[in-house]
Amino acid sequence: MLTIDFLINTISLGSLYAMIALGLVIVYGILKLVNFAYGELIMIAGYSLYVLGSLGALPWFAMAILAVLVAVVTSYATELVAFRPVRTKSLTAMLITSFAVSTLLQNAALLIISPRARAVPLPAIFSQSLAIAGLDIPIRNILTIVTALALLGALTLLLKYTVLGIALRAAADNFKMTRLLGVPANLVISVAFIISGFFAGVVALFWTGRTASVTPTIGLAPLLIAFVACVIGGMTNLLGAVVGGYVYGIVYSLLSLWLPQYLLDYREAFMFLIVILILLFRPSGLIRGNTTSERIG
Amino acid sequence: MLSLSNVHTRYGAIKALRGITLEVQEGEMVALIGVNGAGKSTTLATIAGVLHPVEGTITFLGESIVGKPPETIARKGISLVPEGREILASLTVEENLRLGAFIRRNHQEYLKDLEENFALFPILKERLRQLGGTLSGGEQQQLAIARALMSHPKLLMLDEPSLGLAPLIVDQIFDLIKTLHSRGVTILLVEQNVERTLEIVDRAYLLHTGMIQTSGSAKQVRSQVDIEGVYLGDLKRE
Repeated sequence: MLTIDFLINTISLGSLYAMIALGLVIVYGILKLVNFAYGELIMIAGYSLYVLGSLGALPWFAMAILAVLVAVVTSYATELVAFRPVRTKSLTAMLITSFAVSTLLQNAALLIISPRARAVPLPAIFSQSLAIAGLDIPIRNILTIVTALALLGALTLLLKYTVLGIALRAAADNFKMTRLLGVPANLVISVAFIISGFFAGVVALFWTGRTASVTPTIGLAPLLIAFVACVIGGMTNLLGAVVGGYVYGIVYSLLSLWLPQYLLDYREAFMFLIVILILLFRPSGLIRGNTTSERIG
Repeated sequence: MLSLSNVHTRYGAIKALRGITLEVQEGEMVALIGVNGAGKSTTLATIAGVLHPVEGTITFLGESIVGKPPETIARKGISLVPEGREILASLTVEENLRLGAFIRRNHQEYLKDLEENFALFPILKERLRQLGGTLSGGEQQQLAIARALMSHPKLLMLDEPSLGLAPLIVDQIFDLIKTLHSRGVTILLVEQNVERTLEIVDRAYLLHTGMIQTSGSAKQVRSQVDIEGVYLGDLKRE
């Protein structure tokens, strides 16, 4: 039953989930904020694709870059306009702010565009398959895996070998001490939101690619996935997010494979059962980080 | 160089500092001494911008730094080595040092400073690739000081650098502080080990319940402490 194509599909799903989770946890690591507006960044990138596609003048790749850019700018803008003013107040204030931003963006999409699904342009290769050893393997799945690996590699290099990256890790470890060394809090937080937006944008390309459409509430599912993946892997650690994403993808695929037909609709329920078990027996996730839970504004 | 005038700082409802006035001249080594809870660490945290005073003025090199965020104050040349060292445990020794040099962007100078620090702290060279959290207490203290020096601070503030260290290591740390001072580093030192502190500093302030009780040359404060029989923790035990 565990065929090569199943394996590739599973790893592809895990790769997508890992990217989703990373975008959420990079902000969480520094601000201890679960940014509920994260899903809306994916939505905004999706609608950017739709708008650019309906204009119809650009090749897909250029549209994709622009859509990612829109997600990055939106993420940075929400940090500047919404989160920065309440940052020094309290974590609760930030959490509520993130709900507000999420609701605002969703309703903006409802009002300005439409509650109904809009078609997003897809590149031809997204619907093509590679025939390898008699198996049909969708190129989109291979692209997802390659993209995830490339981004993971790039992020690792950034975090390990640049001063800014070291500062980001330091801020997740001990924000107060990092500031005492002269690292501006605003810089670190802005960079975290920019990276988060970047991941949201890239995720949007693949997420909307599955149904070739975008709706105002499209961000909810990936937000939940990110959250669950972080609970599985551990919130305090980027590696945890990646592991959580892959574990989620693998378990979800296996459930699809092994569950009898009449239980297939309950895959999510089984997923959450697993989450409950993890919360009960390993509340800090599979990967335990050495970051603390302190934060200062 | 640094002057505080009538500084009041609160921790929530508690008034931790109640009118601190003090001064540090360039090239000086000044100590803040006093019992636990006298407000020594709070004074350093207030200068560094971790806490903001509710009243009073703080000027550094002729410029007010009241209400400025810690990163801005660090960039002006004040470096705090906090109590408990606060090593970035998940970062390597080298990464800790590299962040210490964050405000100086020149890589050549960074490498030069690194070598200078290795001369002062040979153990750090051996531990370069290790995670900060895996170092011993004494090594962490050395790293914390080395990290602060990487920024070329105009004023180095050390909060309880000998706390929790073995006697032999305490000797090393005191020698090191003397060396730094003789090299011209301006130092504001908070220490529990009053006896030894008064041996190496130029001047001292004795704090009590958030106020300055006595100040003067190390000798004056020393005799004052003896006459008044001020309880000073370590001093009485020795």
